[in-house]
Amino acid sequence: MTRTAGAPPIVEVRGLRAWYGPAQILFDIDLTLERGSVVALMGRNGAGKSTTFKAIMGLLGRVEGTIRFEGNDVRGRPAWHMARAGLGYVPEDRRIFTELTVMENLAVGRQPRRDDAPFWTPERVFELFPNLGRMRDRRGGEMSGGEQQMLTVARTLMGNPRAILLDEPSEGVAPVIVEQMASMILDLKREGLSVLLSEQDPGFAGAVSDRACILDRGQIRFDGTMQSLIASPDIGHAYLGL
Amino acid sequence: MTRPATGLASGPVPLLSVRGLARAFGGVQAVRGVDFDIGAGELLALIGPNGAGKSTCFNMINGQLRPDRGSIQLARPEGPRELVGLAPRTVWRLGVGRTFQIAAVFGSMSVIENVQMALLSHARELLAFWRPARARHRSRALELLAAVGLADQAEHPVATLAYGQVKALELAVALAHGPRLLLMDEPTAGMAPAERGALMALTRQLVTERGVSVLFTEHSMDVVFAFADRVIVLARGELIAQGSVAEVREDVRVREAYFGSGRLHGAPVNTERAA
Amino acid sequence: MTSASLLVQILTGLAGASTLFLTGAGLSLIFGVTRVVNFAHGSLFMVGAYLGWTAGEWLRALLPGSAAGFWLATLLATLGVAALGALLETLILRRIYRAPELFQLLATFAVALVLRDGCLWLWGAEDLLGPRVPGLTGALSVLGVPFPRYDAALIVIGPAVLGLMHLLLTRTHFGVLIRAATQDREMVSALGVIESRLFTSVFAIGAGLAGLAGALQLPREPANLGLDLPAISDAFVVVVIGGLGSLPGAFLAALLISLVKAGCVALGTVELGGYSFAFPRLTLVAEFIVMAIVLVVRPYGLMGRPEGALRGPAASPIRPEPETPRSRALWGLAIAALALLPWIASASPYTTVALVDVFCFALFAMSLFFIMGPGGMHSFGHAAYFGLGAYGAAIVLKATGWSMMWGLLIGPLAGFVGALIFGWFSVRLSGVYLAMLTLAFGQIVWSIIYQWDAVTGGSNGLTGLWPAGWLSTRYPGVTPNAAYYLLTLACVGSAVLVLRRVLDAPFGLAVRAGRDSPLRAESIGINVHRIQWMAFCVAGTAAGLAGVLYAFSKGSIAPDLVHVGRSIDGLVMVLLGGVESLAGPLIGAAAFTLLQDSAGRSFDYWRAATGAAMLVVVLAFPQGLAGLARSIRGRAKA
Repeated sequence: MTRTAGAPPIVEVRGLRAWYGPAQILFDIDLTLERGSVVALMGRNGAGKSTTFKAIMGLLGRVEGTIRFEGNDVRGRPAWHMARAGLGYVPEDRRIFTELTVMENLAVGRQPRRDDAPFWTPERVFELFPNLGRMRDRRGGEMSGGEQQMLTVARTLMGNPRAILLDEPSEGVAPVIVEQMASMILDLKREGLSVLLSEQDPGFAGAVSDRACILDRGQIRFDGTMQSLIASPDIGHAYLGL
Repeated sequence: MTRPATGLASGPVPLLSVRGLARAFGGVQAVRGVDFDIGAGELLALIGPNGAGKSTCFNMINGQLRPDRGSIQLARPEGPRELVGLAPRTVWRLGVGRTFQIAAVFGSMSVIENVQMALLSHARELLAFWRPARARHRSRALELLAAVGLADQAEHPVATLAYGQVKALELAVALAHGPRLLLMDEPTAGMAPAERGALMALTRQLVTERGVSVLFTEHSMDVVFAFADRVIVLARGELIAQGSVAEVREDVRVREAYFGSGRLHGAPVNTERAA
Repeated sequence: MTSASLLVQILTGLAGASTLFLTGAGLSLIFGVTRVVNFAHGSLFMVGAYLGWTAGEWLRALLPGSAAGFWLATLLATLGVAALGALLETLILRRIYRAPELFQLLATFAVALVLRDGCLWLWGAEDLLGPRVPGLTGALSVLGVPFPRYDAALIVIGPAVLGLMHLLLTRTHFGVLIRAATQDREMVSALGVIESRLFTSVFAIGAGLAGLAGALQLPREPANLGLDLPAISDAFVVVVIGGLGSLPGAFLAALLISLVKAGCVALGTVELGGYSFAFPRLTLVAEFIVMAIVLVVRPYGLMGRPEGALRGPAASPIRPEPETPRSRALWGLAIAALALLPWIASASPYTTVALVDVFCFALFAMSLFFIMGPGGMHSFGHAAYFGLGAYGAAIVLKATGWSMMWGLLIGPLAGFVGALIFGWFSVRLSGVYLAMLTLAFGQIVWSIIYQWDAVTGGSNGLTGLWPAGWLSTRYPGVTPNAAYYLLTLACVGSAVLVLRRVLDAPFGLAVRAGRDSPLRAESIGINVHRIQWMAFCVAGTAAGLAGVLYAFSKGSIAPDLVHVGRSIDGLVMVLLGGVESLAGPLIGAAAFTLLQDSAGRSFDYWRAATGAAMLVVVLAFPQGLAGLARSIRGRAKA
């Protein structure tokens, strides 16, 4: 996929405010995901990373501000609309369908082919995750944590997304699986996908991302290249607790 | 390695001895014959990949799950006491406290009421029907809250605490009855690196002061390496290694099963470069 | 009893199992995907019967004497009810998927009230006799005993529908989506599935199954306005015994219930050690006894899974407001004003009569709130303790001739003993399963009272329950029932005060601990089951007191005091008032009792009016009336 000059960013968020019940969680968030790039949204637990993803995905009740997907205003659209428009979502707590087999899990995520995004079939997904290909008829509930983590990503890919929101891919999995997740993200980037991931581990974020945004108590405190974040250790100290 | 690893402490009489512990779920052997000891005053880390059987081990010691085989003996002044077959609340009364991976606190109560609840239970005063609860054991509850740095939030509803504070509250609740052993399931899950360090430093300080032993599971290796006295490693339900932090770090089987190449984990941001 | 007639009983049972399964399957499917326990499901069954009747009449004129007319009418009724289901889903349920489950229950119950009066308006109060199905009239001979042909057809239809549903769920993409949504509907939506369309279609299918069951039942039972409550309670029982969300489970449960009932009929009256016991009488409660046994042995039903119980967004933690000097002054003022009322309202004697009802139900609702709010246990059979108090006191006092004041001890004691027994079983379950087990116990108590003529007076009830002489004397200058009114006020007032103290005491805190986090509670040494059991006993005692006060204010009692409808009234009162504050159940009871009282006397369609009012409350003020009052206060302050 080639990058067209002047094309709008794939995801663009301006002045995003969001609430959980009566509590405001996000305060005027600005965020940009350029086509074909990987951006890490970093910050402590409770900083608002998952809330940002849910707000973009249309999974929150009260959201204000602007959310654009490929230039179209999509704020207030339901989650299924976002998924059909080409935005994939991988939640932090896996949430695979434990009663369904691997193949059925993939079938739930299936969407028609899209011209400008990679087209995924179960066979292609299994090339990326050979483990899953060996357990097509196994029920989700009988898989290990790492295998489930891969299945959530695989299931989202079946919707042929152009961009993916990847919430805490390294949380709660063994270091071996974390390495596999990192190389998978780089594979997806090579395929032309854009990825917005939330991450607390700077090692992981540094290895896969082009840019970093740091969120602290619902506000963006840093937005820049990975290199410039590395060059300013005081920022990491202040907001990431390094 | 042909000889099965064991987690037996070298010290004098251990506080807790686990022998031949096993449990299967619907044909899948989650834990297969695990032996280890926890010494008095020791911080013992239990590590291993997801699904290795760490939580199963925890739940068996705590009484939430009944083992298929094996024994769990807790040293008591009157002699060793078998924990297998006891309910969680009985295990607690024998002096074993517990915190959970996702902090479990009473969400509709204030911070101090959470601690008071544990103190009331310890004093066996739950069946009091008339005098208001809020006046009971206040000063002791405040002391405990002060110890974990929550004295100022005592009257706040739990719902208003940040997650790190909820974890600290859970620690105060778990220490309320003066346990001799504390089980901590992924104590720093979901916390920022600095908070992790602070919570574990606090835990170490409190348990040292009170002479409490700690068994904890953890995925964050910097926490394990910085705070554990000893490490035992579980993979596929078996103990594959045990020893000091340095010994476990160098173990080939542990590297294969768990650490991977170590390329990513725990690398500080200013030495790792961007792709 | 010959083996042939036993066989025919079993076959009759199997025929009944088919309609039972169809109703239950629809409920199970809807619950699985939307997580809404659809109280209006029995009403959809009833509408199915009525629509089947109308379509049948119409088609009989067009196609006289043809069997096709009946089956076409059944199909039309199925489609009609499916469309009605789709309409209800789009208009009402869609707005409350995120509300706490109890509000959803309240909303669907309101729909049931509206549908019931809708049928009254459209079809009138007369029973409408169903058609004989051409080609299936008469009987087959089974070993020489006649067996209706139509029943034979029903036996085939149940498994056929089960098979079709199974194919739909496992072999089609739509079925995979339904199963996925049953587990995590938000995630299904985030994967691009148009959630609203899926929900509407599932609701329509579930409703259609209920409509089909209703239309199929028509040749066996006339369409009438009393079909809805038995149908919904049957459907609940089937779904719970089978395991929520499991269609094969529902089928198994329907078979089990029908066969047990057939067995009871077949056994007839049995002489055992000088006692004669009429087993056919058990058919009224057989399903509830089966359910109680199954739930005690398998807490998640025959084929249910523990994690399938209740998931989705957890309801916000309920925290009773702490007492303040201001609130204490307000309570004192209210009680003082009520105590003076017999003098103030001496010109309108009905006021204090109506308020005695309000007080009794306020205590009833308060006792239910005690286990529902702080305890988190939703009792659907709370009328059992109310009724045990009323009947227990009435029976003992009639037998001994003691003064009514003893009743004030015996009533609460009877409620306590009932809660002691039922609570022990109930606290071992949670969520919908607990609700259904309490419903089962309620129905068992009801059926014992209804059938034990010698002691309880059966359906006639007990009459001539008079308060002590000084309580029924008319004093000058006050309303006629002033003495009884003040006694009720004193009893209810102190009981409410005691409940309030208990909630603030360590015991009350422990009750909340068990609701907030059973895991944490057990791991700080709290025996959660025992605490919940005792909470049940406290609530049962208070409900028993309310029952005896109510019985002696009326002078007579009848089994409807214990009927499931009364339990539901209690739930409505608590939910109407709001479960977040102690004033909630009191306000709810007052509003509900007065509304029912005044509407019931002046308006034929008072159920629909009540239902509509409840829908407005649920859709507009999900915090209940007390929450509404609080937010008005809050706005006034701001």
